[in-house]
Amino acid sequence: MSKIELPSAAAQQPPGPLTPCWSCKGPVDARALFCHTCGAVQPPRGIDHFARLALPAMFEIPIADLERRYFGFQRYLHPDRFAVKSAKEKAISQQQAAALNEAYEVLKNPLTRGAYLLGLKGNPLPGDGQTVNDPELLMEAMETREALADAKDAASLKGIADRARGDFETAQRRLATAFAEDDLEGARRTVLRLRYLEKFRDELRARAINIAQGK
Amino acid sequence: MLLEIHEPGASPLPHADDVGVAVGIDLGTTNTVVAYAHAGKPEALRDPDGVALIPSIVAYRESSQATVGEEARRLLLDNPHNVVSSIKRLMGRGIADVKALGGTLPYIVEPGTGKNSMVQLRIAGKARSPVEISAEILRAARARAEQALGRTVDRAVITVPAYFDDAARTATRDAARVAGLEVLRLVNEPTAAALAYGLDKHAEGVFAVYDLGGGTFDFSLLRLEKGVFQVLATGGDAALGGDDFDHAVAEHFLADRKAQGKPLAMDAGEVKLALASARLAKECLSRQAEGVWSLDIGDLPSRHRLDVAGLEGLIAPFVARTMAICRGVLADAGMGVDGVKGVVLVGGSTRVPLVRREVEALFGQPPLQDIDPDEVVALGAALQAEALTVGSDTLLLDVTPLSLGIETIGGLVEKIVPRNTPIPVSLAQEFTTYQDSQTGMALHVVQGEREKVEDCRSLARFELLGIPPMTAGAARIKVSFSVDADGLLTVSALEKTTGMSQHVEVKPSYGLDDAAMERMLRDSIEHAASDMSERLLTEARVDARRVTLALDAALSADGDLLAGHERHQIDAARTRLVLAAEGGDRDAIAAAMEGLESIVKPFAEKRMDRGIRQALTGVEVERLAAKIG
Repeated sequence: MSKIELPSAAAQQPPGPLTPCWSCKGPVDARALFCHTCGAVQPPRGIDHFARLALPAMFEIPIADLERRYFGFQRYLHPDRFAVKSAKEKAISQQQAAALNEAYEVLKNPLTRGAYLLGLKGNPLPGDGQTVNDPELLMEAMETREALADAKDAASLKGIADRARGDFETAQRRLATAFAEDDLEGARRTVLRLRYLEKFRDELRARAINIAQGK
Repeated sequence: MLLEIHEPGASPLPHADDVGVAVGIDLGTTNTVVAYAHAGKPEALRDPDGVALIPSIVAYRESSQATVGEEARRLLLDNPHNVVSSIKRLMGRGIADVKALGGTLPYIVEPGTGKNSMVQLRIAGKARSPVEISAEILRAARARAEQALGRTVDRAVITVPAYFDDAARTATRDAARVAGLEVLRLVNEPTAAALAYGLDKHAEGVFAVYDLGGGTFDFSLLRLEKGVFQVLATGGDAALGGDDFDHAVAEHFLADRKAQGKPLAMDAGEVKLALASARLAKECLSRQAEGVWSLDIGDLPSRHRLDVAGLEGLIAPFVARTMAICRGVLADAGMGVDGVKGVVLVGGSTRVPLVRREVEALFGQPPLQDIDPDEVVALGAALQAEALTVGSDTLLLDVTPLSLGIETIGGLVEKIVPRNTPIPVSLAQEFTTYQDSQTGMALHVVQGEREKVEDCRSLARFELLGIPPMTAGAARIKVSFSVDADGLLTVSALEKTTGMSQHVEVKPSYGLDDAAMERMLRDSIEHAASDMSERLLTEARVDARRVTLALDAALSADGDLLAGHERHQIDAARTRLVLAAEGGDRDAIAAAMEGLESIVKPFAEKRMDRGIRQALTGVEVERLAAKIG
């Protein structure tokens, strides 16, 4: 028998439906990560990233909570814990760990977290490559890109970078406010703006490297 | 942690006690080190003279076995043609890659046997793959460990440069197989170093690992916190290391020789000797201000003076490249040098004073010097080997070093898994057809950061056929990339409207074809212990053990549901499985498993019924919930 301690995420919730454990064939709560009878790891369920990490589906989540949950679950589910187990258990642990990694990656970044939350709330964003119909944002993008192209030295580049960083931080705060006020349209606009600002940050980096190399 | 407690009377894994021990191996470009950890204390395994380093040098003679290590290094002087060093640089490389290295390799390199396959070297009259040659080094490491520990060694954690691509990782795994070692995990070298360092020094915070070896450079940023080792970002160059320093010095000597009016024509053996002189010069200049070295070429030896400033001028461009990579990784992690608590130096090339000065200048703090840069990676690998086999509370969370993607129209790369994504990972992207009635789709998997396919490394090509004819853009093809904890990729494709799928084990373009692998296994002495059927037998035994343990758990929870004769039947089937697992017949194990499963089926149904009844009665609900957590 295996003794298993679990992060007590779902402890207070009522029991869910039962499914047969793939290993011992006995009943197991469909939400359980391990079979309570034989201890076998159970395959990941199709749940949202917040539920995966036992977090409430909201924009403002303390990063410390997110990481504690992520590390906590990984301690039990990572393939390193299954190195001497059967092939099937290894494969399931890999699926579980991959699902945790995906949830963590999406939720740790405010921008991807915001976009994901909008999708959960039935307000998905346009995919990459699709046009953004926000004249104000397009104008802003044109002006900053021109400024970037005109920047010929590290000093003027730094000015642009400082402004971009300030804009990014302001937009992040605005996103939190929009979600707090349940202003989904405002959140949507702000996420699109943050996406643009993040791309611009990459362009800034590339330009900085070129200037440093004297191009 | 998962604690395994056996029921009284229940038997543990058959043959559990005669399974060999697991070690950690740092398979380096220049040197290889093997270490073993017990109770969280890792130790490098030494020869009777106390030396841990095994030079990664292999000498072949026409008639006899290969010689590895210090003895092979001595043979280098007598018979340079039959001696191979720095083979790691060719792992998973094709002939085009080798040409790109600029003909600096002192070997006769041939294309592999298959199309697009890994290069081979012609040594002592025989074509040999880098995998076979690396396997010789791993065999020597294994022999060293068995001698030092007095026990069979059959499993290992092997380290690879974080920046190794899929082909090089697969080649490393294959080499271990040829050497009769089961690879428990491939661990990235800087991560292994951080594990050894962090556990030894109880370090917490963000640490940088600067790992400059003989042939590879890695730079990783890790966060160490309460037993979690989380790689934040990594970068490197799989063809940048101390060997490049040696080449630069050798070229300098040759230019000087030309200026002296002496002939330059050399055979492959003399090239190796020139490189050995250059290497000696580099090492001496870490301790002394200047010196004179000689080149023995033809009948006209020449002498060459070099001082520290001269050496540093020669190697500065390489060191500058490592610094640019460090800055890129810091930017990827979104942090500045002020966030870095300490810099750990790994790899013999970090002994070069210029490297230390530059690292100190970039990070604004002296690098940590209280670990042996040659041994720390192997110590970390040994700790991980113990963690995987015995158990551990530490958690290693690593990332993909390079982006993975698919070729799209116009020779552009669509990235599916960006670099620095935590592994294991499974991500998918949908593609569509671009012509009406298109029924096939060629998928080209690439690895790298550039936008054009030709600038990235080709990993594999496969075709998805039988797409139902539709108008352009109507088909929905979902391509999924899965990277396992070893950093190895599997790709699968699914046409969503029909549900037609194809699963592809990515066979690297620069890998070995099956025939080559089979021949190597046949040639290897450890063949019996390492071949496919043996591995499948082991797997069947592990699975049989899982089934019996699961059954025991079910019986102790719900055994009261069974009438006497039912219980008797199950016990008999269980015994048949245990006996089959002790034997060597995989088919018998499979048959016994099937037999047990069918006998247990009614019991499983009764258990499900009871579970549902209990859930409905509510009284048991809390107990169940508490158990499940």
